[in-house]
Amino acid sequence: MTEHFKMETPATERRLDDMAQGLVGAPLDRPEGPLKVTGTATYANEWQIEGMAHGVMVRAPGNSGRVILANRDDVAKLPGVLAVIQDDRLLRNPAQGTANEAPVQSPHHAAYLGQLIAVVVAETFEQARHAAQSLQVTLENAQMVQVDPATAAVEPQDGQALDQGDLDAAMRDAPHSVDLVYTTPSHSSAPMEPHASIASWQGGDLTLRGSYQMLKYNRNELADSLGIHPDRVRIISPYVGGGFGSKLGLAPEAVAAAIAAQELGRPVSVALQRPQVFEATMRRSETRQRVRLAADAEGRLTGLGHDARVSNLPGESFAEPVLQASHFLYAGANRRMSLELARLHRMCAGSVRAPGEAVGVTVLENAMDELAHEIGIDPVALRLRNIPEKDPESGKDYSSRRFREALESGAEAFGWADRPGVKERREGEWLIGYGMASAARVNVLMESQARVTLLPDGTARVETDMTDIGTGTYAILGQIAGDMLGLPRDRVEVVLGDTTLPPAAGSGGSWGASSSGTSVYLACEAIRRQLAQRLEVDEHDLTLKDGRATYANQVKSLSDILQGDEIAKLGHVKPGDTSTDVRQATFGAYFAEVAVHAASGETRIRRMHGSFAAGRILNAKTARSQCLGGMTFGIGIALTEELAFDPRDGHVANHNLAEYHIPVNADVPQLTVELLEERDDWANPMQAKGIGELGICGAAAAITNAIHNATGVRVRDYPATLDKVIAGM
Amino acid sequence: MRSFEYTRAESTGAATRDAATGGTFIAGGTNLLDLMKLEVMAPEALIDINRLDLNQIEGTEDGGLRIGALVTNSDLANDSRVRRNWPVLSRALLAGASGQLRNKATTGGNLLQRTRCLYFYDRAMPCNKRAPGSGCAARDGFNRILAVLGTSEHCIATHPSDMAVAMRALGAEAETLKEDGTTRRLTLEELYLLPGDRPDRETVLEPGELITAVVLPAPVRARQTYRKVRDRASYAFALVSVAGIVAMENGRITKANLAFGGLAPKPWRDAAVEELLTGEAPSDALFNRAADLLLADAQGFGGNDFKLPLTRRTLVSVLTELTQEARI
Repeated sequence: MTEHFKMETPATERRLDDMAQGLVGAPLDRPEGPLKVTGTATYANEWQIEGMAHGVMVRAPGNSGRVILANRDDVAKLPGVLAVIQDDRLLRNPAQGTANEAPVQSPHHAAYLGQLIAVVVAETFEQARHAAQSLQVTLENAQMVQVDPATAAVEPQDGQALDQGDLDAAMRDAPHSVDLVYTTPSHSSAPMEPHASIASWQGGDLTLRGSYQMLKYNRNELADSLGIHPDRVRIISPYVGGGFGSKLGLAPEAVAAAIAAQELGRPVSVALQRPQVFEATMRRSETRQRVRLAADAEGRLTGLGHDARVSNLPGESFAEPVLQASHFLYAGANRRMSLELARLHRMCAGSVRAPGEAVGVTVLENAMDELAHEIGIDPVALRLRNIPEKDPESGKDYSSRRFREALESGAEAFGWADRPGVKERREGEWLIGYGMASAARVNVLMESQARVTLLPDGTARVETDMTDIGTGTYAILGQIAGDMLGLPRDRVEVVLGDTTLPPAAGSGGSWGASSSGTSVYLACEAIRRQLAQRLEVDEHDLTLKDGRATYANQVKSLSDILQGDEIAKLGHVKPGDTSTDVRQATFGAYFAEVAVHAASGETRIRRMHGSFAAGRILNAKTARSQCLGGMTFGIGIALTEELAFDPRDGHVANHNLAEYHIPVNADVPQLTVELLEERDDWANPMQAKGIGELGICGAAAAITNAIHNATGVRVRDYPATLDKVIAGM
Repeated sequence: MRSFEYTRAESTGAATRDAATGGTFIAGGTNLLDLMKLEVMAPEALIDINRLDLNQIEGTEDGGLRIGALVTNSDLANDSRVRRNWPVLSRALLAGASGQLRNKATTGGNLLQRTRCLYFYDRAMPCNKRAPGSGCAARDGFNRILAVLGTSEHCIATHPSDMAVAMRALGAEAETLKEDGTTRRLTLEELYLLPGDRPDRETVLEPGELITAVVLPAPVRARQTYRKVRDRASYAFALVSVAGIVAMENGRITKANLAFGGLAPKPWRDAAVEELLTGEAPSDALFNRAADLLLADAQGFGGNDFKLPLTRRTLVSVLTELTQEARI
């Protein structure tokens, strides 16, 4: 029995507010947390399978030419080596998120330095690694190819272009305006767990233990890559040690493991080496962004322009959606936006940590700060003055938007009123500054399915191929089912990460919790109806709590109602008209205090606050953790993170965690997070919106704006490393 | 990683004999094992010296300190004598690496760690240090972290140690044991070589020669500090670091031992700079003259040009801090 539901009209009933169990929203621990912190949650590459061989992948040493494995026969004879494989089906780069088909497959031609072009398989990992390192790869007919986005040929992305009113005139006539160019570098997802897969075949059926975010797509991508039917493929991925976008689409190691296991007739494990994670998964494109803002004397925007250049490999369609939130965050009648894609031979660009807004809102928020400074008004006041009544381009209503409250409440919580003037506050050798920025991210509902089974003993099981990439899926799905079925959290089992289970939306785009959560909600609603039917009452008159049903002045335990039966329902949600009838987005505001060393230009963040509104909060603890993580990545964007490409061949020079600088504990101060109460009836029947990425969407600007407040220096070329700060001091 | 023989040394003498015929010592292994996994280093034999009796810290007759080569960075940083009398060393150690690495890394190993030049670690790239004669990819590549002093056309790598910078300022000496049983003492100035046309040769140590201890001279009455400037607050190598030991008398500088990290292929010390400062009254003008002298021969390679102004600013700031009270 399937409960189909398409989100066509607002869900105004808000049933989760009426449930008696009181789980949804509570700051509950993750049920799998103890497994993870004790090392007993088995991650993809930790499975020990009888007869397993080990593969290590080999990179192209250049960015063009035909790949020749010069000493292949010698390597094949090295101790323990089972195979040197350069199969046509090996991937050039990972699949883009939700691609649902094979990415480019090209092991014979190099497109970028670091491309994985072969896999060497041996009895032990050490033998395989040595053999892989011994393989001499040469490139025939290599040519000079473009690796620099500044000089590369560009393709306008016409679908992204907007020209509304007359921005040039608005800029010309405005008493206040800014016209700025900012650049942001490429970022790496840098998950702690490297991409890893173990493939084993049973006849024509493939089982892949992998580390992936979106299994229903990944299964199709893997099947298409191998040229087999998706029914023959099972992917298991119960625990994922961080994805951040880099595990949305199928990556090269999965196909390599599958091919090797097929060829050798035994299970094969392939894990990417740490440098390979940096060079051959996905990067966020670098961006060059021009922002134009025109304002009247009171600081009301009359014009907003945002033009961006991003890059990708030839043939890749993904273009970092820089402008996504610029379309709806602020007012301004005259608007122009454009996006262009430069073609070059660096590693593939794709989704990394809030693609689009993470860098797009950041630069827009820098420009707003510069405009506030130009006008001479409080940056918070400038934003409050420019909250549009309706979507400034489509004229549609916002589904829900506590943007104003986030700005005001965040300013109050942080103590924004004490903001010093530019270069005004100094403590010893440290210059102190405050900065703020707005947060915004689109909200999306995706098709998703889950099965919920109420078992005769009065416990429940939730099953879906949804993933938990460290976000809290196990926790929140159990909370939703527990609330709807009146069960304590420990009487709900949540089973995830297996393509034999109903296909879910997957983890990405901040849509996982609301999409998969809704499917669980729907299944539970159907179970409630069946229980009510058995009790011959209206479902709405049924109160479920602690395993008991209360109805018409009677109390009965669930097991008594079930009488040895189980009730299994499949919930199936699809997005509908509410996705397009209104503008759906999440909002917030960041506030940061920094100290910049007057001599060295080093920036230390002293404290940072975020106020966010993202519809109903399903778990106050895991939601807060998502925001903390986002703000931490914001610190990385602001101060430390940059994939350094060699200017000659475009390879990633800093391809390890020692030189690609993710913020460490010492870089992250006390962060505070406020989650504003909100219900979004247009989003889904739970009134919840996505919160996974909101914490990063503009966060870096609060920090760089604070650097300006401390030092008077505008660093317009991210990250704001000390050399750029002292250059302006 | 290539296959290798493994020997656990029973005595220092046995260790030097085993190493003289092609073995490489391993202690904490925090750098060597990474290099072996990448096959940047591929020793035929590892001589494990961890069980040798080289992990004592003891006073010397003249009031100095003898630090066994196997004393871990954590133990050394937290030794009460070091914290009291040679605080620059404790601070430098704690500025380096991470807690986990400091628990494992040893005094001798820290001195002999290899550069973090990214091209040295990538076997697809030319590197005269890794593959003599292949060229230097760093000069025209990503060289943000690399050297501006003491470089050659063949190599612009830096020595990554923080500890060694403090030891250089303190005038520490390494005690070694050679294969033939003789010992010698080397100042850090003597220990390290500049790259010249042989960047693969980094020290004067002979095959089999083992650092057994580092000896600190008696403490001096002076203010000490270690200032490390880096791209993130922890677990990042120095862009520039300064170990400063400065004494004042009657408003004048009587001693100024200054060593620099992140600038050169070895912990850098410039006698002329120290001479210039000695006997003078502290002032911004003086400190800037010191920076002029220090950086007279400095050369950036594009991505690391900023190290010149950064070094100047940091040196002035450190000297200001160390002379501050006396200037009032």
